[in-house]
Amino acid sequence: MFARLVYESFRRQKRRKLLAGAAITLGVTVATAMIAVATDIGDKISRELRTIGANLVVTPQDDTLDVEIGGVHLEPPSDHAYLNEGDLPKIKGIFWHNNITAFAPMLPTNVTVGFPAEGGTKKLEVTVLGTYFAKQISFGKDTFVTGVRKTHSWWRVSGSWPDDDSSTVLIGERLARTLPYKPGSDIDLAGHPAKIAGILSSGGAEDDEIVAPLALAQQILGKPGAVRRIYVSAVTKPEDALARRDPKSLSGAMYDRWYCSPYPQSIAYQLQEAIPHSHAEQIRQVAQNEGAVLTKVEGLFFLVTLAALLASALAVSAAMATAIFERRGEVGLMKALGAGKMAVASIFFAEATLLALIGGLAGFVAGGVLARQIGRAIFDSQISVQPVLLPVILVIAVLVTTLGSATAIRSAVSLDPVYALRGEL
Amino acid sequence: MRATSASAQKLAAGRSRGPNTSMFLRMLLRAAVRRRGRATTALLAMVVAAAVATTVLDLYADVQAKLRSEFRNYGANIVLAAKNGASLPPDALAKVESRLNGRGFAAPFALIVARTRSGQPVVVASTDFDRVRQLDRWWSVNRWPSASGEALVGVHALAFVSQQKQPFDLTFDGRTISLTPVGTVQTGAAEDNRVYLSLPDFVSWTGVQPSTVEVAASGSTEEITAIMRELSQAIPAAEVRPVRQIMEGEARVLGKTRATLFAASALIIVTAALCVLSTLTGWVFDRRKDFAMMKALGASGGLLNAFFAAEAAILGAVGAVIGYAAGIGLAAWIGRINFHASIAPRFSVLPVVMAASIAVTLLAAIFPISLLGRVQPAVILRGE
Repeated sequence: MFARLVYESFRRQKRRKLLAGAAITLGVTVATAMIAVATDIGDKISRELRTIGANLVVTPQDDTLDVEIGGVHLEPPSDHAYLNEGDLPKIKGIFWHNNITAFAPMLPTNVTVGFPAEGGTKKLEVTVLGTYFAKQISFGKDTFVTGVRKTHSWWRVSGSWPDDDSSTVLIGERLARTLPYKPGSDIDLAGHPAKIAGILSSGGAEDDEIVAPLALAQQILGKPGAVRRIYVSAVTKPEDALARRDPKSLSGAMYDRWYCSPYPQSIAYQLQEAIPHSHAEQIRQVAQNEGAVLTKVEGLFFLVTLAALLASALAVSAAMATAIFERRGEVGLMKALGAGKMAVASIFFAEATLLALIGGLAGFVAGGVLARQIGRAIFDSQISVQPVLLPVILVIAVLVTTLGSATAIRSAVSLDPVYALRGEL
Repeated sequence: MRATSASAQKLAAGRSRGPNTSMFLRMLLRAAVRRRGRATTALLAMVVAAAVATTVLDLYADVQAKLRSEFRNYGANIVLAAKNGASLPPDALAKVESRLNGRGFAAPFALIVARTRSGQPVVVASTDFDRVRQLDRWWSVNRWPSASGEALVGVHALAFVSQQKQPFDLTFDGRTISLTPVGTVQTGAAEDNRVYLSLPDFVSWTGVQPSTVEVAASGSTEEITAIMRELSQAIPAAEVRPVRQIMEGEARVLGKTRATLFAASALIIVTAALCVLSTLTGWVFDRRKDFAMMKALGASGGLLNAFFAAEAAILGAVGAVIGYAAGIGLAAWIGRINFHASIAPRFSVLPVVMAASIAVTLLAAIFPISLLGRVQPAVILRGE
C-alpha cells in the first residue's frame, strides 16, 4: 500500500514532481560544478602561474661561483662544474613527473664577435647561451617536447625560432642594436658559423646575449654533453609546516607523506635524486609567491562554493516546501481515512528521498558537464568531476531535501483534516 | 475568517467613499502582519538571495585589487636601467618615489665585480636594505646588516669569500674594503652568488652610483603603463622597461580567476533568483482567497494587480536592503579571513541588487495573478 501510494503520487502528479525535481537537479548541478571547480582551481591556477617562469633550478653539486652582470659572464669558463645532458630525460622519471610541465637546460659561454663598423672591424665580448627551444626528448616509451618556449613563455621573437638541431641562433634585441645583424644574416661565433633566425625580446639579461641551441654552445665551449643549470617548471602545492621540515628529521610515515606531496621542496629533493651530483633548489621569487597566490585563490573559491551550496540548499528546500504546501488537501483526505501522522509523514519523506536521489543523479551528471564547460571555456583544459563525489553529493541532496521539507511536512500533518479538506488554514 | 470579514467591511466602507490610499496601505500592512509565517518565509528567501548576490558581486568587484596586491609580492614589475652602462642621476630614486606616491616600492641597485684576497672574482651588489625588504619579500635572510662595514652574503658566495664567517677583504680598482658577513641571503637565483653592501659603504669604496632602480608599482595595467610613461619622461637618462613575465603572469591569473568567479557568481545568482521565484509564486498562489474575496467585493482587475505588485515590490525592496546589509558583512568577513584585508562595501551594488530583487519578485507575482485573474472568484471561494 505504502509503495503504491508513493508510486501513484509520482505517476499522477507528474507536473508537481517535475517542478520539485527540477529544483533539486538545478541545486545539485550548481553544487557539483562548484565543488569540482573549487577542488581543481589550485591546479589550474598553478599551471597559469607557470607563465612567470620556472620555479626550480638544478645546479652542479660542487658549483663554482657565477660572476654575471647584465647577461655577461665574467668568470673563466674552464673551471666550471657541469651537469650531464644525458641525465636530463631522467627528470621525467621522478615520482611527480606528471607535475613537471617543462624544463630547459642552460649553458652560457663567452665568445668574441667581430663586426664591421666605422673605421674597421670592432670586437665585442658576448655571452652565448645554449639551451633547448622546443626539443623532443624521450624517456622510456614517452616522448615529450620541452625547452624555453615552454619555460620562458614571455620571450618574444621577431623572425623565427631556431631549430634545436641546427646552427641557427637568436640575438637579443639590445645586442641587435649594437651589432649590424638582421634575421637571415650569418654570424661567426668563435670559428663556428651560425645563422641568425630571429631577434629575441625577453625583458631580461638575454636581451644582451645570443641564444643558441645547446649543442652549438657545447661545441663552442668544447665540452660535449655539458649543462650549467636546468630550469624546471613544476606544478606545486602551497607549502605548509610539513613542507619546511628537513626530510632527514622526519619519521617513516611523515617522510612518505612529505615525499608524496608536490611541495616545491620535495620535487627539488626528487630532482636531486634523479640527476647525479646535482643540487636542486626552489627559485624563491617564483615558488614562494606562487604558494601565497594559490592559497588566496583556493580560499576564495572554497568560500564561494559554500555560498553556492547555501543558495542551492535554500532553493531546494523552498521548492519542496511549496510542493508540500500545495498538497494539504491530500493530507486531509489521508488523515480523514484514518492515517496517523507518522504514516503521512513517512510517505512524504519517502517521496522526498526518491525525488532527491533522482534529482541528485541528474544534477551530478549535469554538474559534471557544466564543470567541463567552465574548464574548457576558461582554462582550455578539462575540469573533471571525481566519481567518488557521487555518494557525497547524493547524501547531501537527500539531507537537504528532507530537511527542507521537514517544516512543511510537520505543519501539513498537524493540520486538522476538516480545515484542510475545506481548503482553509 | 474574522479578519477577512472585518477587512471586507472596511473595504466596503472604503469603496463607498471611492478609492482611497490609506485603505490600500492598510491592506498591504495587514496582509504582512496577519500571515506572518508565510510572509516571513518569503522574506527570508529574499534576504538570503540578496545577501548571497551582494557577497559575490562585492567579491567580484574587489577580487582583482586583492589579488593584485598579492602579486606585488613578486617584486618589481618595472625596471629603470641607465642607458649604455652609465649610472643613473643621483636624484633618480627620489623622482621615482615621488611619481609612485605610495603606490608601490622602489629600490636602487648597483653592481660591480670585485676580487677576494685569493683572486676569486665575485659580484658585489649594493642596495638600500630597508627598501629591498619591502620590495623583495621572498629573500630568505637570517640577519639584515645594520651598521657600516657589515655585508649580506649569498649562501653560495659565502664559501668563496669567507671561511667560518670571518671578516674578509674585497678589492675593486685598487681599493680594498674589509667587511663582516653578518647574515646570508638565499633566493635560489643570482642573489645567492653575490655579496650585498649598503649604499654608503659601496659608494665610498668604489665611487660607483646605482645603475638600476627596480620598481614594484601597484595598479591596473593601464595605471602601470601610465607610471612607466611618466618615469621615462621624468628620467630621460634611463631606459624604463616592464618585467614582462610578472606582468603577463599576473594578467593571466587575474583574468582566469575573475572569469571563474564570474561563472560561479552567475550560477549562484540564478539559483538564488529561482529560489525566490518558487517561494513567492507559492506565497501569492496561497492567497487566492484574499484575491477572490476582494474581487467578489468589486475590486477592479487593475486595482488587484497594483495591490499584489506593490506587495511583491515592497517585499523585494525590504529583502534587498536587509540582504545587502548581510551581504556586505559576509563579503567583509571573507575578505578578512582570506585576504587579511577587509573588502570595502560597494554602494553601487545596492541599486543593482535592489532592482534585480524587485524584478524577480514582480516576475514571481505576475504568473499566479494572471492565472487567478482568469478564474471566477466563486470557484476559488468554494475551495476548488
